[in-house]
Amino acid sequence: MSEAVNDPIIEINGMHKWFGRFHVLKDINLDVKQAERIVVCGPSGSGKSTLIRCINRLEEHQRGRIVVDGIELTNDLKNIDAIRREVGMVFQHFNLFPHLTVIENLTLGPIWVRRTPRKEAEESAMKYLERVKIPEQAEKFPGQLSGGQQQRVAIARALINDPALVLADEATGNLDSATAVEILDLFDELHAEGKTILLVTHEAQVGERAENVLRLADGRIAEVERRNGGRS
Amino acid sequence: MDEAATENRKYPPGCHPDLPPPGIAAGPLLWIKDNLFGSATNVVLTFLAAYFLWLSIPPLLEWAFFDAAFTGESRKACKAQAPGACWAFIQNRFELFVYGFYPRPERWRVDLSFILLMVALTPVLWEKVPQRAKLLLFSCAYPFVAGWLLTGGLGLKPVGTDQFGGILLTLVIGITGISFSLPIGIVLALGRQSRMPVPRILCVAFIEFIRGVPLITLLFVASAMLSYFLPPGTNFNLLLRVLIMVTLFASGYMAEVIRGGLQAIPAGQYEAAQSMGLGYWKAMRLIVLPQALKISIPGIVNTFIALYKDTTLVIIIGLLDPLGIGRSSLADSKWQGLSTEVYIFVAVFFFISCFGMSRYALYLERKLDTGHKR
Amino acid sequence: MASEATTTATSDDPNALLRLWRNKEARSVIIQVFTLAVLFAFLAFIIGNAVQNLARLGKTFSFTFMLEPASYDINQRLIEYTSRDNHLRAMFVGILNTALVAGCGIVLATILGFIFGVLRLSKNWLINRLVYCFIEFTRNVPILLHILLVHGLIVHIMPVPRDAWDVGEAVFLTNRGVIMPKPIFEDGFIWTSLAFAVAIVFAWGFRRWAKKAQDATGKTYPVFLVGLAAIIGLPILVLFVSGLPLSWEIPALGGFNFRGGLVMRPEFLALWLALSFYTSAYIAEIVRAGILAVDWGQTEAAYAIGIGPSRTLRLIVIPQALRVIIPPLTSQYLNLTKNSSLAIAIGYMDIVATIGGISLMQTGKEMETMIIVLSIYLCFSLVISSFMNWYNKKIKLVER
Repeated sequence: MSEAVNDPIIEINGMHKWFGRFHVLKDINLDVKQAERIVVCGPSGSGKSTLIRCINRLEEHQRGRIVVDGIELTNDLKNIDAIRREVGMVFQHFNLFPHLTVIENLTLGPIWVRRTPRKEAEESAMKYLERVKIPEQAEKFPGQLSGGQQQRVAIARALINDPALVLADEATGNLDSATAVEILDLFDELHAEGKTILLVTHEAQVGERAENVLRLADGRIAEVERRNGGRS
Repeated sequence: MDEAATENRKYPPGCHPDLPPPGIAAGPLLWIKDNLFGSATNVVLTFLAAYFLWLSIPPLLEWAFFDAAFTGESRKACKAQAPGACWAFIQNRFELFVYGFYPRPERWRVDLSFILLMVALTPVLWEKVPQRAKLLLFSCAYPFVAGWLLTGGLGLKPVGTDQFGGILLTLVIGITGISFSLPIGIVLALGRQSRMPVPRILCVAFIEFIRGVPLITLLFVASAMLSYFLPPGTNFNLLLRVLIMVTLFASGYMAEVIRGGLQAIPAGQYEAAQSMGLGYWKAMRLIVLPQALKISIPGIVNTFIALYKDTTLVIIIGLLDPLGIGRSSLADSKWQGLSTEVYIFVAVFFFISCFGMSRYALYLERKLDTGHKR
Repeated sequence: MASEATTTATSDDPNALLRLWRNKEARSVIIQVFTLAVLFAFLAFIIGNAVQNLARLGKTFSFTFMLEPASYDINQRLIEYTSRDNHLRAMFVGILNTALVAGCGIVLATILGFIFGVLRLSKNWLINRLVYCFIEFTRNVPILLHILLVHGLIVHIMPVPRDAWDVGEAVFLTNRGVIMPKPIFEDGFIWTSLAFAVAIVFAWGFRRWAKKAQDATGKTYPVFLVGLAAIIGLPILVLFVSGLPLSWEIPALGGFNFRGGLVMRPEFLALWLALSFYTSAYIAEIVRAGILAVDWGQTEAAYAIGIGPSRTLRLIVIPQALRVIIPPLTSQYLNLTKNSSLAIAIGYMDIVATIGGISLMQTGKEMETMIIVLSIYLCFSLVISSFMNWYNKKIKLVER
């Protein structure tokens, strides 16, 4: 969207969320600038996954305001679709579509959402597969790939719409430590290219690599650590 | 009021209190809104369902309970009392439904068999039973003990199997079928997994044959064809022939259930047994089969429930289970024309027993599921 | 077991046979030979008995009786048949009757089963529980009872033809069955049938073209609507243009029963409805399990890349759910076909009732007729199972 480079890409004001009677997110106030990388840490049950799932409307918030890339997140389907086009998501369990090949997993979005011709979509998909360093797996099915390869495909799928923002929900949770490091390196490279990255994790090693750390506890923001400019 | 106040107050980070959710306070109202009137389609569906219930339930209850007669000597007597359903035949023919034509003075033998059945089932279905091994031995011997009790001979007055009927008949066929099909099913399942081609092909052929034909055709074979294959001059009574075919039928399905159980055991178990020096049969008996059977118990209970329902088919070849007793009541001029009530009564009987057993099978499945989770 | 092979070389074993027994390969051969020997001995025993018993009763074992006149009528039949036709033809009438009730049953059971399965997943508590009660009641009552209950209801509750319940003066419900108008196809109707075939080919062709066009340009086309419009619209158009070559024989009350029209006898109705509702309860549970088996994360991933709910269902959820649903579904189809053999309880003339029932009683050829009946059902089962195996292999998810 057309704003100045310094406008925040995510603005959350006074956001509350309940699951039934359980108050899971309390008074979240957060601004994320473009090309920032933030790691959201916290113990299990602190609401970190719920927080980032609210950003692309996989969960609905009941009170407060969320604005992503200048578009406000409401029940308006057009807004939600526009936001989902600007936000890519990587899941802990990969969630690749097992009955489609790798290349079909990637081209599904462009063909059906942006109505791209198949050839163009496949060329673009191959570019992203090369970006995540597994172009030779294009015709395989997800069931034939290792965990690390599947997550790479998932990252390529999240990038296929060229989003400005990438959300990662425990992206290394299902991987061994060596593969996890490779995936985190990939996120580093994406950040260097100018993408905003929001990583959710409960592992300490991931938090150590980030410049900005958001600590959640019991549904509230406990601490925001910005290693570039002091704490708040 | 309160909410607006807390909304405007600023809290230091990490100190915001828990608040109740906005909108309708939780409780029955919220449940009704969510589950019955959540969306436009839901509202329509709820009204349609409510209307359907309103149309069907009150007339049904009136006919079946409020306007019904429960006692009487015949249909005419019922109609004189009340315009609705006539359930008097239940009370009138209750003993027939339960014991069939079993001679009255010997009925204590049927009751005793039933009590012993409960005793025999206890070690099979519950694990934490004291003296389980000894009780299991009794369970294995039970079919023969019950057979002696029911048919007589050796000190008890003989009772012909043509006098079996009603629930007694259903249980005799069902329990015999399941208990004898278990060892046969185990052999078939093991044979099907064998690496030797002859046992494997024979077992597969038998299992596929059994699963490919309807039970009624096998019952016809029992009543019409089986006697040809017996030595000339011998004569098995009809019930015995039916028991043979029902057992063979059940063993085909039992074999598949046990095969599922065997496949659920990791290959490492068998390999570990072999590396300890146990031969094939010892490994099967001590290591693999106990685990496989335990996993298969829900499937075995489900096979029993299916067999129990299938016993109604014997009415087609002339044996009288509860459905048969019901139909024979209809032939009696006293109760003619009550087919709806008779079938509903038998249906309710089967529903209660099958529903109870399937709930139990679900409970077993859940219990065994958690037991095997690593 | 490698150590076993070496023991055969030792000279400690006095008995050569014991040595052979310890050898794994030899042992397996011995066991198999022994098994076959036992089997053949058993077969010889029972066949010998059978031959003796047949001789004693003066019966022969031959299938020539099939060509003799059957001498009985069959009240519901799909092909021409009289009592002068032979048993073979009676058998074909029975097979066609079984196929008819099984086919209609499979169609209705599938439709009902899918509807009930989806309703069972509804958030609406009332609908959910209503369907649950229906499923539990249906599954826990034996199928024979369902058949007898429905048949009893039709025969005792429905009115006599003179007081028939009618739907629009054209369809009549009586205790002698449901009587509907019978379509009479005149000569010109062939064009309408042709139009129908053309419409199907067109719909299929349009689908292929639309897919190619989407690959090339990215634009989507309303394939389903166009196809539906063609398949329904074109034949109707041709029907009118060719001067409506379709008339109806409306049933009319004459005497104690209706004359004319198409009759669905109570036996067929009862068997069809009972089988369909019974099997639909099982299919509902299969459908529900299949849909639940697809991980919610699949739907979330699809939403996250911007695909809407209905496309997600079509492209992601349903293909995966069908993989889980189809194998047990074909098992239920097989069960329905086997359960149709209970037709004999209410007098519907299927395979068991014709060749295994009346033909058996009249000719006394128990063995031959039973062998025929068993073989026919085995053929049905083999066909359905092979199809299931083939389909399973075809759609299997590719894994390491």
